Amino acid sequence: MSHDHDAEKNKDTVLSEAELRVRLEQIWKSPDGFTGWFKNVFHKPISERMIITSFVFFALAGLLALLMRVQLAVPENTFLSPDLYNQFFTVHGSTMMFLFAVPVMQAVGLYFVPLMIGTRNLAFPRLNAFGYYMFLIGGLLLWVGLALNIGADTGWTSYVPLAGPEHSPGKRVDFWAQMITFTEIASLVAAVEIIVTTFKLRAPGMSLNRMPIFVWAMLVQSFMVIFAMPSVMLASGFLAMDRLVDTHFFNQAEGGDPLLWQHLFWFFGHPEVYIIFIPATGMVSALVQSFARRPIVGYTAVVLSLIATGFLGFGLWVHHMFAVGLPQLGQSFFTAASMLIAIPSGVQIFCWIATLWSGRVIVRTPLLFVAGFIAIFVLGGLTGVMQASVPFNLQVHDTFFVVAHFHYVLIGGAVFPLIGALYYWFPKITGRMMSERLGGWNFWTFFIGFNLTFFPLHQLGLAGMPRRVYTYLPETGWGSLNFIATVGAAILGIAVLMFLINVTISWRRGALAGANPWHADTLEWSVPSPAPVYNYLYLPTVNSRTPLWTKAEDQPIVKGLRADILEVLVTNLLDAMPDHRHLLDGTSYWPFLTAVAVGIGIITAIFTPWGVVIGSVLAFICLAGWFWPHGEPVPDSSREAGPPVQEAA
Amino acid sequence: MRSVLDPAGPQAAHIAALWWWMFWIFSTVFVLVIAALLVGIFRARARDDAVMTSPSVALQPTRERRIGWTVAACVGLTIVVLIIFLAANVITGHRLALLAADNAVTIQLTGYRWWWKVRYPDPVPARQVTTANEIHIPIGRPVLINTDSQDVIHSFWVPSLHGKRDLVPGNPSAIWIQADRPGRFEGQCAEFCGLQHAHMRLLVIAESEENYQAWLEAQRQAARAPSDPLAQRGLHVFETGPCALCHSVRGTEASGQVAPDLTHFASRATIAAGTLPNSPGHLAAWIVDPQHIKPGNAMPSNSLSPEDLQALLAYLGGLK
Repeated sequence: MSHDHDAEKNKDTVLSEAELRVRLEQIWKSPDGFTGWFKNVFHKPISERMIITSFVFFALAGLLALLMRVQLAVPENTFLSPDLYNQFFTVHGSTMMFLFAVPVMQAVGLYFVPLMIGTRNLAFPRLNAFGYYMFLIGGLLLWVGLALNIGADTGWTSYVPLAGPEHSPGKRVDFWAQMITFTEIASLVAAVEIIVTTFKLRAPGMSLNRMPIFVWAMLVQSFMVIFAMPSVMLASGFLAMDRLVDTHFFNQAEGGDPLLWQHLFWFFGHPEVYIIFIPATGMVSALVQSFARRPIVGYTAVVLSLIATGFLGFGLWVHHMFAVGLPQLGQSFFTAASMLIAIPSGVQIFCWIATLWSGRVIVRTPLLFVAGFIAIFVLGGLTGVMQASVPFNLQVHDTFFVVAHFHYVLIGGAVFPLIGALYYWFPKITGRMMSERLGGWNFWTFFIGFNLTFFPLHQLGLAGMPRRVYTYLPETGWGSLNFIATVGAAILGIAVLMFLINVTISWRRGALAGANPWHADTLEWSVPSPAPVYNYLYLPTVNSRTPLWTKAEDQPIVKGLRADILEVLVTNLLDAMPDHRHLLDGTSYWPFLTAVAVGIGIITAIFTPWGVVIGSVLAFICLAGWFWPHGEPVPDSSREAGPPVQEAA
Repeated sequence: MRSVLDPAGPQAAHIAALWWWMFWIFSTVFVLVIAALLVGIFRARARDDAVMTSPSVALQPTRERRIGWTVAACVGLTIVVLIIFLAANVITGHRLALLAADNAVTIQLTGYRWWWKVRYPDPVPARQVTTANEIHIPIGRPVLINTDSQDVIHSFWVPSLHGKRDLVPGNPSAIWIQADRPGRFEGQCAEFCGLQHAHMRLLVIAESEENYQAWLEAQRQAARAPSDPLAQRGLHVFETGPCALCHSVRGTEASGQVAPDLTHFASRATIAAGTLPNSPGHLAAWIVDPQHIKPGNAMPSNSLSPEDLQALLAYLGGLK
């Protein structure tokens, strides 16, 4: 029984705090050096990469937007050729949706969920690393295509038959379709991580009804991802097969149906909007609570709203298809559903305003972004409700009015909260505060630039300007509003630059933050900034929804975990009662190698169906390596031994 | 002339009315929400930073209950606004559905990359009219436009008359329009259809019943044989050159079916689906180098001798 003896000797119950810190430091630290980079499986460094990668894509896609705005600034401009313009708007939209908005929200979730629920890593650390590499490869694929001037050019929606083999010969659309495959795998991976982590790794005492709202938001988002993403993977798989092996899923002449594409795409595409928006509302709830200095008004109502949005989000997809002329009854159903979803959004907005109203508001940069978010999102939401109306929808569908609307809900509804949340959580990530002064400037430039860019587009849409046009004739009279929008875009570009500068400067020279610079209530603020590699020296317990504000004098901590292996505490789903100790996987090259193997398969499949075979064989080899048993098995927490003890601190 | 807010027919008028309803109601909602937000922030704003370090404001149960009821009341108001909106929407939909459909003109509209084929069917095949990119309609009469597409999805949209109808290949559909006053109403393809989506415009010309009938009668005629020698040479160029491979002119040997019918080309206001005004200079530029003007369109460049070009222009200019 020497094994048991070892185990006892390495438990945090027998080690002194200093010893424990050293041991945990050793076992949880990221591997060093260049090769170490590919072995890392810890949630903070992987999420950090994911946030940075998605911001790089954000900047690149933003640059494309600026170039498009220059092209549209004056009528009959020849700055961009129609081909280049079409590639730009396709890659801009696809990047913003698939390579920025969804991954960045998931990355923030993957970073903060384990910290906020009081555990040391995600439930499947290697899978998480694999997901990041899939995302990276998929993003590179799309952008390499653009860099070679054979970028996808059929819009982020890639409607067939335009994107089919007959009307889009060459490999452009295939780059797009396979990018979807990569990023959807990455999203599904992140969704599984978040669901299992929140369900099983919460700190004792954090029953479901005490979870921070941001964690709830990530949970609802993850379920939406699991139900929505398969639809678009199926669609892009069909498209790739139509293009590569002459199937006829979308070929009308052979019994296929071009409308099948639209149904499959929007069954994913509409929930996608909420997949982006829901985490953002979670961020807003966290920020409102901290800066109003009180628990959020209507916790239950807000959580139920998130869940309701998650369900209703799947009932709206046909409002993207009113113009194809579907049966009247079906349209009425989707009108009603599109209106209904305004209710949960309304509930949340009223709860936030009530929280601010009844709190003591501290005005800091994150709160400015929250206020900006509410203003912009309410406007975008209202124009969204308008489009639930079939007759009105038929007028503005596929015009600049819609372009204005979805930039209001996506930039206003997601990017504003995201930037606010990064100002808020930056100290936890880096240990330093972002500049408050530059933050104020950043906000106002962003807010003014945004509205100057996108507000005029409403009017352009009503004046008849369709979206996705590379130019327009002078006699249309669209010139002046387009010029204003282009000026706005330049200001918006400066605002994004200010944010990046603030991040860069503050990362190195910002004021030291300390553990809890905002005196906020959630668990992540109880550990030093930046968070230690092991997150918590002793896993915490919680006694309310606002654990740091209501912490008892003798709030217990969890003891009994080993410090020589990667152990975490598993708790049960509803009440987070301690259940057993669980060993997590450690560093490994296999996630990276598996991603490369799958990548080779998917990319080769653009050129030959044999890619699927090659990829499968390579992936099989890598997965065998990944799961190969080695070393002495460590008993997984011995349920017989009972859960670890909780001790008063 | 084009704008959703400048309706020229009953459908667009109903939708514009709905828009103004929504605009005023939703603007009110927007102003109220923003006011609540700003007042909330300013009245609750903490003057000193000590608040930042205090754990949380104390919650009083009675006040919390009051806040809860206020939020509930706001949600209730939201639902009322949504019900009003739904009612307005149902009424508009009903009005659109109830428009008279008798004595209708029927038009077959087919989308091509990147132009519109317009056909006025007639039981007598010889009386059928085929034209492109311009739709003439009589005012005050409902018009049924049957839609289809030859290649990818296009979308028919003339903002002053009605909303959109997608032209989905293999899925024929239809849309009713009606103009109540004479005018030239511009429209444009509204579904991204590739390289020249931006230059796929169309024009609806609404005119009095007499003018419409006169126009229709003129369009039914085959092209008149040119009388002057230059135009005759132009006809020869047209029939023997590449033009006739794609274009047709009824009454001549040119019977290509993949490009716009040019029988009464000179009666149209624009060329290349609204890209250029129909003037000899623009036409010459278009014939010689269409790929410069509308890159990617199906018409190849033509190297004609200056004499042939002049002759061709004279001929096409005579196709009234």
